[in-house]
Parts: sequence; C-alpha cells; structure tokens
Amino acid sequence: MKQFQYIRPATQQSVLDAITKPGTKILAGGSNLIDLMKRGVTSPDKLVDIQKLPLRGISQNKGNVMTVSVGALELNSAVAENKIIKESFPLLSMALNAGASPQLRNMATVGGNMMQRTRCTYFYDTAMPCNKREPNSGCGAMEGINRMHAIFGTSEKCIAVHPSDMCVALAALDASVEVKSKKGTRYIPFTEFHRLPGETPQLDNTLATGELITRVIIPHNNFAKNSYYLKVRDRSSYAFALISVAVGLDIRGGNINEARLAMGGVAHKPWRLKAAEQFLKGKPATVANFEEAASLAMQGAKSFGHNDFKLKMAPASIIEALSNAAKLS
Amino acid sequence: MKQQAQHTPPFTEGINRVDGIMKVTGAAKYSAEYELPGMTYAVFAISNITKGTITSIDTKAAERAPGVLAVLTHLNAPKVPGYEAGKDPSKPPTTGGPLKFFVDNSVKYNGQPIAMVVADSFERATYAASLIKAQYNKQQHETDTEKNKFKAAAPKGGRNGGDYKRGTPDDWKAAAVKVEQEYVVPINVHNPMELSVTLAHWTADDKVTVYAKTQGVKSTQNAIAQAFKLPVENVQVTTKFVGGAFGNALRTWPHEIATVQAAKLVKRPVKTVLTRELQFNTVGYRPYTWQKVSMGASADGKLTGIIHEATAQTSSFEEFTEGTVNMTRFMYACPSVGTVYKITPLDVNTPTWMRGPGEATGAFALESAMDELADKLGIDPIELRIRNHADTDPENGKPFSSKNLKEAYEMGADKIGWSKRKLKPGTLTEDGWLIGYGMGTGVFGAGRGRATVKAALLDNGTLLIQTSVTDIGVGTGTAMTQIASEIFTGIPVKKIKFELGDSSLPPSPTQGGSTITSTVGGAVHDACTQLKEKFQQLIGNGGTDKPDYVKVLKEKNLPQLEVTVTSSGSTEMRNFSSYSYSVHFVKVKVHPKTGVVRVDNVVSVADSGHIVSPKTARSQIIGGAIGGIGMALMEEGIMDHRYGRYVNNNYADYHVPISADIPQIDALFVNKPDYRVNPMGAKGMGEIALIGMSAAVANAVYNATGKRIRELPITPDKLLS
Ligand SMILES: Cc1cc2nc3c(=O)[nH]c(=O)nc-3n(C[C@H](O)[C@H](O)[C@H](O)COP(=O)(O)OP(=O)(O)OC[C@H]3O[C@@H](n4cnc5c(N)ncnc54)[C@H](O)[C@@H]3O)c2cc1C
Ligand code: SF4
Repeated sequence: MKQFQYIRPATQQSVLDAITKPGTKILAGGSNLIDLMKRGVTSPDKLVDIQKLPLRGISQNKGNVMTVSVGALELNSAVAENKIIKESFPLLSMALNAGASPQLRNMATVGGNMMQRTRCTYFYDTAMPCNKREPNSGCGAMEGINRMHAIFGTSEKCIAVHPSDMCVALAALDASVEVKSKKGTRYIPFTEFHRLPGETPQLDNTLATGELITRVIIPHNNFAKNSYYLKVRDRSSYAFALISVAVGLDIRGGNINEARLAMGGVAHKPWRLKAAEQFLKGKPATVANFEEAASLAMQGAKSFGHNDFKLKMAPASIIEALSNAAKLS
Repeated sequence: MKQQAQHTPPFTEGINRVDGIMKVTGAAKYSAEYELPGMTYAVFAISNITKGTITSIDTKAAERAPGVLAVLTHLNAPKVPGYEAGKDPSKPPTTGGPLKFFVDNSVKYNGQPIAMVVADSFERATYAASLIKAQYNKQQHETDTEKNKFKAAAPKGGRNGGDYKRGTPDDWKAAAVKVEQEYVVPINVHNPMELSVTLAHWTADDKVTVYAKTQGVKSTQNAIAQAFKLPVENVQVTTKFVGGAFGNALRTWPHEIATVQAAKLVKRPVKTVLTRELQFNTVGYRPYTWQKVSMGASADGKLTGIIHEATAQTSSFEEFTEGTVNMTRFMYACPSVGTVYKITPLDVNTPTWMRGPGEATGAFALESAMDELADKLGIDPIELRIRNHADTDPENGKPFSSKNLKEAYEMGADKIGWSKRKLKPGTLTEDGWLIGYGMGTGVFGAGRGRATVKAALLDNGTLLIQTSVTDIGVGTGTAMTQIASEIFTGIPVKKIKFELGDSSLPPSPTQGGSTITSTVGGAVHDACTQLKEKFQQLIGNGGTDKPDYVKVLKEKNLPQLEVTVTSSGSTEMRNFSSYSYSVHFVKVKVHPKTGVVRVDNVVSVADSGHIVSPKTARSQIIGGAIGGIGMALMEEGIMDHRYGRYVNNNYADYHVPISADIPQIDALFVNKPDYRVNPMGAKGMGEIALIGMSAAVANAVYNATGKRIRELPITPDKLLS
C-alpha cells in the first residue's frame, strides 16, 4: 500500500472541497475501499473520511408523496433492523440481511454499499488483465473463470456483476439518490445510478467526480405485505449471490395490481425486470403467470461458460421468489 | 445389538479444556503474537509468471524505501549452508525436495517468492515489496491435472508407490451388478484461521531461537539445524498454541528457512507472517485427484472385484504421494482387488497432507461407489457394507486388533433415524425441500509410535508432565492431563501441568496422522505409572491410594521426584491389523428449484477404542464433520490455468462452512478399548472425523434428488445441470 494522506473533516463543505481533487477518495466504513487499497487495485493519494458528517438517520417525510429518507452513513445493520424500514420496506431489510456477514454489516454504510466495486477476481488481481481496473488491458473473465459473472447487459469489454444485495432491493423500490457537490444538489433515480459497462467498464456508476451521496429516498408503496428477497448462494451466509431476486407485489383480491422485480448477480447493475413487471400487472398471482414472467425476464440473456447455469437458475429463482412473495409456497 | 449402555465410558463427561479459558480470553499467545526487541518484518515479492527464469530484477526502489533493512534475491542472498551441501531443509515426502528460495533465477510456480524485503514495519515491508520489478523469460506452463493426466506415472518413491493386486481384479467385469465411475476431488486448501508464522532470532552466531507455527517443534528444529549446519540443541523452537493447521504445518517450508536466513543477515529478529493469498501456494494443499472405481457384485450383494485408480497432481520438483487408494485394499471382504496410484508433475508448488489426507480423497470415491452399487442392487447401503464386512484384514490376512464397525453402523443409523430413508431417491420431501439420507465409512491406521515424557511430582503438589509435542488445537494438553489424572487420582486436575510445544523438552513426534493420543498418551501413561511406582517405593508398603505427596516429599527432603520414560508400541502389534473407523450419517435438504443443498443433521460414530478425553474427542468429531461438509459442498481452490494463478485465494471467495451451514452434529463413540494398541486402550481419531464424510453428503444428495455428483464440491449449479 502506498503512503497516503488521511483527513476527517467535520463539515460537508470541507468534504465537498476536498473531493474535487483527482486521487482523492471518500472513506466511509472502509470495508471495500481498504481491501482494494491493500490489493493495490486503487491507490488514492488522499482519503477523506466522512464519518463526522451528519449523514445518518432514517425519517419519514409526509409531503405530496410519502417517502422515507435514509442517510448515506447509516449502517447496513441499522437500516435492516430499523422499525420504519421493516414495516414499510421489508424487502430492503431482507436484502440487507442477506448481504455479507453481521460484522461487515456493522461497518458498511448505505453510500459505501452502493459504491462497492465488483468482486470479479481478475479485477482484484493486479497481475491479471482487467478492463475495469486498467482500461484496454483485456477482460480476464471473458474466457476465464466466469461462474459469478453477468448474463445481461454485458459488453465486449466487461462481464462483471455489481455485487450488492441492498441495491437490488432499492432498484425494485424505485428509490432515488440524493447527491451533493460544490455545484449543488441533484437526484438520480436508483435504476440510473449504476450503469452498464459498454465501452467504459472502468465507470461503475453515474456519480461524477466531486459528488457525495447524502441520502437515499424511497417512495411509499403497497408491497410490504408481499415482498421477498431470494438469494441463491454457495453457502448459507457470507457469500455473494449466484442469483438474487427482489420482489414486491401489490396483490388485491388475488390479482396483481403492481409488481416490482429486480435481479442481482446477473448484470453490471441491479437488473430491473420491466417486461416481467408489465406482464404481471393485472394478472392473477399464479405459478403459471410467474413462469411466463420468468421467461420474459430471461429474454436476451447470454452466458459465458462457467455461468451457463444461471440461464436455468435465474428463471427458477424468479418463480420461487414470486411464489414466496405471493405466499403460494 | 442394543448394547450402547454397556459401553458407557467410565467418565462420561471428561475434563474441560485445560487451555479453554486462555483461548477465549485471549491470554493464549500464538506464534505471531511474540514481540522481540528490535524485531523486523519480512514480506515476499512473488513471481507473476508460472514457469521460466528471472532475467533481471530491480530492487533499487525497494531498497531505498523507508524502513527497509535488506532485500534478498537470488543475486545477493547469503548461502544457506545446508543447501550448498545439497541437503534439503526438510524431509521430502518421497523423492525430490522442496524448492529452495533465492538460490537461482528459476521460477517453478506462480506466486513463488522472488525477493524478500525486511523492514522495520510490516506495512513498510509490504510497500517496498510492491516496488520490486522483475523481467522474465517465460516458458509454457502446465497446471491443469485433468489436461496432464496422460503424463501421470507411478511415483518413484514413498510408501504409496506401486500397484496393488490381489486375486483377479478384472472379475468385476463379469459380475451380475457393476459400477464403473469417475470421481474428482479438486484442490482443497487448508485455510486455518492462523496464517503461517516464523519469527527467527539469532542469539549468537551459532544459536537461533524460533517461534513458529508448526505441528512438530522437533521436526522444525531438525530442519533448521540441518539447513544451517548447527548442532540440534542450538536451535530452539517454540510453538505454544496453534490456530488450526490441518496438515499445512507438518513440514518446514522454504519460506521459513528464508526467514531464519534473513534474520542472520540483518542481525535482528525477523518475523514472517504469510498473507492469506500466499497461504494458497506456499504451504501446500490437497492435490486435485481424479479417481476411477470399478466394482462388481453378485446379485446377492457380495463384492467380486474392485479396481480403484487415482491420479493426483504434484510439483515439477518433488513427488508428493498419499494413501488415496489404500483403503480399498482392506476395507471390504472382496477376493479380488487392484489399486493403481499415479502422479503427474505440474508447474505448481508441492501439495501436502490435508485433513484426513489421501484417505479422505479416496473414501469419497470408494464410499460413493459403494452407494451406487447398493442403489443398483436395490439394497440398503448399510446392508451392502455388512454383507461385505471384513472380519479379518483381507490385505494381509491378519486379525484386527479390534473392530466394532457393525456396532457403529447400528448406533448411527438409530440416532439419525435411518429407517425414514427411502430406497428410491427423490421421494421424500419436507416443507417443499427434497430430503435425503446418506452414509459413508472412514478408516485410518491406528498405531503407536515412540515418545519420551518426563513426569515430576513437585513439592508444591504439582504434577508436571513435559514433552515436546504441539497441540494443534485438538486438545492434546487436555487429553494428556486426563490420562495423568486417572493414574494420579489423588491430584486435582488443576494441579496437573502439561508442558508442550518446546523443542528443549523430551521428544515427541509431529502432531498429525492421528497418532498423538496413542503415542504421547501411551508415554504419558507409562511415565505416570512409573512415577507412581517410584513414589510407592519411596513410602514403602502400606501407602494409601491418595497419599499426601507434598508431605512425603518434604519429609524425605526431596524438591521433586521425577522419571523420564521413552515408550512405544508393543511388538505384539505386528501380529494384528489396527485401524480406527468412523461412520458418518447425514440428512440433507435440497431445494428442488435452486439446487441449494443444506445439511440438516449429522451423526458421526467413531470406533476408535477407549475415548480418553470425551469432550475434546467430541470437538474433534464435530470439527471433522464440518471439514467434511466444506469438502463436500464448497471447498475448491480454483486456478485459471491460462495464468497458473488462483482466482479465489482469499476467505471471501474460498468458501469454508460458516455457522449457518453447520447443523446439529451428534458425536457418538463405540468406546470399546483396544489394549493391544496402548495401555489406555485408545486408538487415534483425528483423521477419521473427516474421512468418509464427503461421500456421506454426496450419497445423501443422491438420495434426495436422484442426481449423483461425482465431482466435488456439490454446488447448486451442478444440481441444476
Ligand atoms: C467478504 C465480504 C463479503 C461481502 N458480501 C457482501 C454481500 O453478500 N452482499 C453485499 O451487498 N455486499 C457484500 N459485501 C460488500 C459490503 O456490503 C461493502 O463492502 C460495503 O457495503 C461497503 O460500505 P463501506 O461503508 O464500508 O464503504 P467503503 O469501503 O468505505 O467505500 C466503498 C466505496 O464507496 C465510496 N463511498 C462511500 N460512501 C460514499 C458516499 N457517501 N458518497 C460517495 N461515495 C462514497 C468510497 O469512496 C469507496 O469507493 C461484502 C464485503 C466483503 C469484504
Ligand atoms: S469482467 Fe470486467 S471486471 Fe472482470 S476482468 Fe473483465 S473487465 Fe475486469
């Protein structure tokens, strides 16, 4: 690890001033960034620890649209156990609790979770080629070990997945992200926060240099009763998703009024299943409909060898998650 | 055979771990925790190529980096005297020898240290190591066992070389019912919590003190003495606690010699703690092993012939062999058996023994094949094993010193509820999950080696017992204390002090291969017995059963009364075959849609003689079962053969079971003494805790799903395809 400067400003303004400079990185819980520094994947000159900023708290706002706001420095464990979240968005609570381990969730923050980088092992190993770490060095995974890799939205340059569980739920919940910079405040729809690799896999998301995530805002919905987060993984805990599915259903009299579906472990970003959602709208909550939705969701999927199994596991998981959310099984 | 009550151990509870409080309070000092004045830290720069030569290496920036004391490479490293003489610092497993670091410019595997930085802090050493740049002349490498199977040949040396044949093994082909299948056990990496540690400190020109993570302080002492041409007694090795080893600290590895070498150069203590990544290719692993079992049986389930073949990987510079196929020779009463064992050299570091070593690999194949045969015959897998039970050792015709395997089958079957198992797979469900039951047998040689123990009664009432053995976490100190306390019934357990892990103490063997309870326990038993006799002589006739030791010693004006005893197994043992057995029973749940496997219940039964220390024995069985779950369901060192590099060399990506994967585990003991092995009637039970477990899981998965996974680990993707 190369030597670096470390500062811990007390005000948002000084953080915003500090992060405009290239080579500067925001430090929150550190559970991803420090690992990446140790492995030599990233070597910032300066760390700006934001833990002193008042970016905590979970509150309900009763405006035109009822929303819940979650501070960027809230811990993953605290959000998962929060009463408002558990009651209004059990899906988010389930997804958070499916992530990492209790120790990590006690360190990890909401902002850090969104910004965590892929777990593609070629990305982590500086002796291997990786377009995301080092543009134009090649993609080690494409013809290498790609069991954990993407089946949707891949490019010639990169087939990595975004590893977060929390983000899959937030994408399904149509959250938005409040970001601040010296230029002011802007809001990014959660589904547009992360991006596909395309020609520039080094960019994970649409956050610009100099921007700080301050809050995540979740609009009220009617999915609380019929939510489910399914995570299929190689061991019972402390493993990244092979496939995960976030489901929120608004079921009225056996019919699906509205559906939200997102998948993890399949793409460079939380993967919303809009076609499946559209299909389910207004239909009875039956296994037959879930099967149809799953096959719609799988259109355009493409695998790379070791991850061929995802073509089977993904639709099976969608059906299973929908059935659980609808309490059919 | 409902005789369980009859064999209730005399002490159903057993004593608590003598070091338990120290371990949970952090008072136990592990090797990496020793701090010496002026201590420095060593970090390796490693090769990024897999095979070739270093054409140039630039260490200037590293040398100039803050805090750096020295950078060792093949260009400047001081010679290790024992290396020059062509001697290896540690006994090679068979032929060839371990790699010697920094002797020439050759690169034999990816991740091989090419330079060693010594600095005044670990972080500075790490940073400086990152500045070292090497140029290579790359050669084509081979790291894929599967691809290089065709090159495999019988090992040239070692106990596991040579084919075995009894009767006409090909008879299986003509049998009424046949199984012919291939099985694969991938690379498994020990991955104990504690990383490899060496802290070396030269206290004089010809004297060195080492705190090391080792399973045998004596073997490390010898290896260092040989490498540096020192009198053995000039090397002091201390290992008070080991945070798991599972075989990876059975030998002295070249990076340990390099650490001692560096300490000599910088004239300060040097500490090396390997990183997790380096653990994967520096201290051994279970080799990738391909196996094929061909077996046949008559329609009534009597085995007629078995052929068990195995091909495993080794390094290009050293043969590593293990007893992968050996169990098949004596496990079942089969007239015709053939075994073939081959190894194929690859551009990797040398593998080593890991948890139940080759036997665990072999048992996966043999016990899976037995399950397949039972399935084809349409009989219960336990019934098949009973029909082919070996009453005497079919390999050498000798009687067994003891064998209660049938009783073990019965105890375990009762406990897990085997009667609920359906013969037809895929027919049992609970809450939407498929349910399956499976079993597998384990076996491992039970011998007794030589050990020397000093036992002393002190005039403060302490019974002090000393020997060099290490406790790798299994509870050796506890078991030895238990043995002593049964001889000296008048001395409270807390007054018994068992000292271990120090090369200056009387010699005991390296901890491994399930021999310590028998070997060291036997010597502790003999030493304590002789000490008691000596004491009896001191007080003459008429002594009580619980004499006042302190009073007597004071009266006789003796500060202490001691004996030093060397003992080993009896010659009578030559007339017997002696093994410990285990039977593992597993209930699994398999999700029908996602292929997720969860182990729901485990019952492991050990037939390993008298259970000396019930609490630590139970822990060992539980630990073995967990290791077996890991081997069966998740453990695999994955290499990208294009680069010869591991892609999961960390704790996040190399999966071992975590708490949520571990179900209820019952450890049962037949607990019938075998006094032929040692005076306590105990047989080893280290390895059997795991051997056979992975087959039990795989067999249960088959019973649940009708899918036979013959390539470990059984991950969800394999059940979906
Ligand atoms: C072994 C292991 C297993 C894991 N398993 C899972 C899993 O199963 N599921 C899962 O979802 N996650 C998993 N994680 C990842 C974990 O969730 C992340 O490491 C964590 O969420 C990161 O949060 P942090 O606060 O520690 O971020 P940090 O490490 O501090 O930062 C991560 C990144 O976010 C940036 N950042 C942080 N806060 C802000 C902000 N407010 N504005 C802008 N940028 C910011 C930092 O600059 C940095 O680039 C695992 C991690 C590990 C180490
Ligand atoms: S998949 Fe993406 S992250 Fe992985 S090696 Fe390829 S470019 Fe790098």
